[in-house]
Amino acid sequence: MFSFLKKSPADGKSDAKPGVPADAAPVEAAKPGWRERLFKGLAKTRAQWGGKLKSIFSRGKVDDELLEELETLLLTSDCGMEATLHLLDELKKAAKRDKLDTPEAIQQALRDALLATLQPLEQRLDVSTHQPYVIMIAGVNGAGKTTSIGKLAKYFQGQGKSVLLAAGDTFRAAAREQLQTWGERNNVTVIAQESGDPAAVIYDAIAAARARGIDIVLADTAGRLPTQLHLMEEIAKVRRVIQKIEPEGPHETLLVLDANIGQNALAQVKAFDKAINVTGLVLTKLDGTAKGGVVTAIARQCPKPIRFIGVGEQIDDLRPFSAKDFVDALFE
Amino acid sequence: MLDNLTNRLARVMKSLKGEARLTEANIGDALREVRMALLEADVALPVVKDFIAAVKEKAVGEEVIGSLSPGQALIGVVHAELTKIMGDAHEGINFNTQPPAIVLMAGLQGAGKTTTVGKLGKFLKENHKKKVLVVSCDVYRPAAIEQLKFVAGQAGVDFFPSSVGEKPEDIAAAAIDWAKRHYHDVVLVDTAGRLAVDEEMMAEIKRLHAAIKPIETLFVVDAMLGQDAVNTARSFNEALPLTGVVLTKLDGDARGGAALSVRHVTGKPIKFAGVGEKLTGLEAFHPERMASRILGMGDVLSLIEEARKGLDEEKAVAFAKKLKAGKGFDLNDFKEQMAQMRSMGGLSALMDKMPAQIAQAAGQLPAGAENKMIGRVEGIINSMTPAERAKPELIKASRKRRIAMGAGVQVQDVNRLLNQFEQTQKMMKQFSKGGMGKLMRGMKGMIPGMR
Repeated sequence: MFSFLKKSPADGKSDAKPGVPADAAPVEAAKPGWRERLFKGLAKTRAQWGGKLKSIFSRGKVDDELLEELETLLLTSDCGMEATLHLLDELKKAAKRDKLDTPEAIQQALRDALLATLQPLEQRLDVSTHQPYVIMIAGVNGAGKTTSIGKLAKYFQGQGKSVLLAAGDTFRAAAREQLQTWGERNNVTVIAQESGDPAAVIYDAIAAARARGIDIVLADTAGRLPTQLHLMEEIAKVRRVIQKIEPEGPHETLLVLDANIGQNALAQVKAFDKAINVTGLVLTKLDGTAKGGVVTAIARQCPKPIRFIGVGEQIDDLRPFSAKDFVDALFE
Repeated sequence: MLDNLTNRLARVMKSLKGEARLTEANIGDALREVRMALLEADVALPVVKDFIAAVKEKAVGEEVIGSLSPGQALIGVVHAELTKIMGDAHEGINFNTQPPAIVLMAGLQGAGKTTTVGKLGKFLKENHKKKVLVVSCDVYRPAAIEQLKFVAGQAGVDFFPSSVGEKPEDIAAAAIDWAKRHYHDVVLVDTAGRLAVDEEMMAEIKRLHAAIKPIETLFVVDAMLGQDAVNTARSFNEALPLTGVVLTKLDGDARGGAALSVRHVTGKPIKFAGVGEKLTGLEAFHPERMASRILGMGDVLSLIEEARKGLDEEKAVAFAKKLKAGKGFDLNDFKEQMAQMRSMGGLSALMDKMPAQIAQAAGQLPAGAENKMIGRVEGIINSMTPAERAKPELIKASRKRRIAMGAGVQVQDVNRLLNQFEQTQKMMKQFSKGGMGKLMRGMKGMIPGMR
């Protein structure tokens, strides 16, 4: 209750102005290092983009050939057809309207178009509205759910919140042990059961969090492909059971997406949204050569706020998404 | 899966009706659509370019023979090229070495390496009668070793314990030594997931490869991968002498463009495909079938194989005998059929492999409804006495009421079931008299798209 009072002014501010990192102090302090890491993480992406962009833009005027090449570039970044055509339209309009004829101006225009597309997705997660604040995590197999939970636990701890983990992945071998190891490393309680129903484990965890006055419950679930209808049914049930103990819960339903995944990410967002009403996304594994361009496709076709992105294997490499930093890092 | 690519091609081909010969002019639009569809299906751009060029070269000048439409002629060319890119025929694991045959698995995080090790272990044990040892060199991810231990237990293969303090090379060397002394045929070496750009980790797996000299180095890759699949595959292929690829999560609804990209870039055969979470979910990868699936011709061969796996052979023989002896098809048999259908993964699993036309018609059914329906039918039959099951004509109004009460359904549901049963019984009678041909003719009206 007290932490709620303490944090509310700062969080209120960040709510009003998305994009202004006026959050709690630890984030502010870590800011420069984090930016560097994001830039380093996206270095490969940039090398690929930047190199191609320079050669494209050096021609200096907007003609069909340039647009064709830009289309190719955006497509190879997993942006998808729809988002690519939209960005190109924006670029064409801007070029005509502002009579752009220098490479720099065209680059700026594309940057603006990208930023305008991604900016609405930048919405910070406000965890001070409920206690315990129940966050349910879902995703396909191997997206990085359990690893992300470990990182999230660390992140929330850094903000002075107490965290409890629920080992809701009762299907995959050793998923429980994986979460327990994370818990031990970071001194977080993990609620797990020998086997059994994921909904029951999470129900227990929420009850325990209430009894102990914990701020945040992170509920893991087993990975599942949206085509496995019985498993989608199961996760919908998990959500319903959470609502039995927390009528307003889960307060946040995060879908974890692997940045390496192509257009199927869209199908994943839609399918999970239908089953469990996704309220936010976590984009992982951006430190590879993958460009995460599918984010633009998501922004166009089924916008969901991107709460966090993961750019490395270190425990503090998962941080809030900032559209400007993301676009900057691509173009730097 | 792969529906959208199929639909797009179908739409494009419609515009080609009524041309006598494929020319550069009349396939230009179609090829642009094919290009876009492939890109949307996550096939990497360089691969798409090569593919389009090859198709164009083959297609131009192709005569539209006989009853083929120009669209069908072009599909023929596209199909042949797709098959060619993905490798011509299925290749299995190479055991051509002094035992144990060492298989090294490599791939990105979350590609499905550990699960694939379990599936492959079970596959080799059951289909090739090999004695398999598995070992984990993943000393990084928490509980990765426990996961493999657990999976090995499920698969019924031997597990070599390792711990996080050890070096991967030492673990693998010790495991191979142990395998030699215990006469294992195959050692499967699981490794930690790594990014191709992580030089330290790539150096580690190179050292591991040099130390154990595996006969097979399999690259495990997620079928949902996007454009970046091409970069990842290239980096792994440069760092390690890969011998094959395992494509995982093929049961998702990703369009599987990664299959084309990876094969094209590495030039290495895709040896297996992972489907589903169960340890039996590993199939031999058949390029020509995948190509058919992409083009919506349906994967009927896989379907037959699956049906064979799901059916209990003894029961099937007994059933056939019963029919031949002229004995009636009763409700017990009806229930049996339902159960077998379920063991084959239900209707939705079957529909995945059917030609697009039929699948589409069936897709209009509400999802998951058929499983509920099967459960209800079983419930109703379970509420009948043995006598009723053997002689359904006994069932009259008061018995129906009792059965409905017992199964918790309405009397109408019982009636519906009995009607369904009668139809099936009629069909079975025809079958035992006139054989398959007559049966298919009888079904003509029931399945859309069949002629």
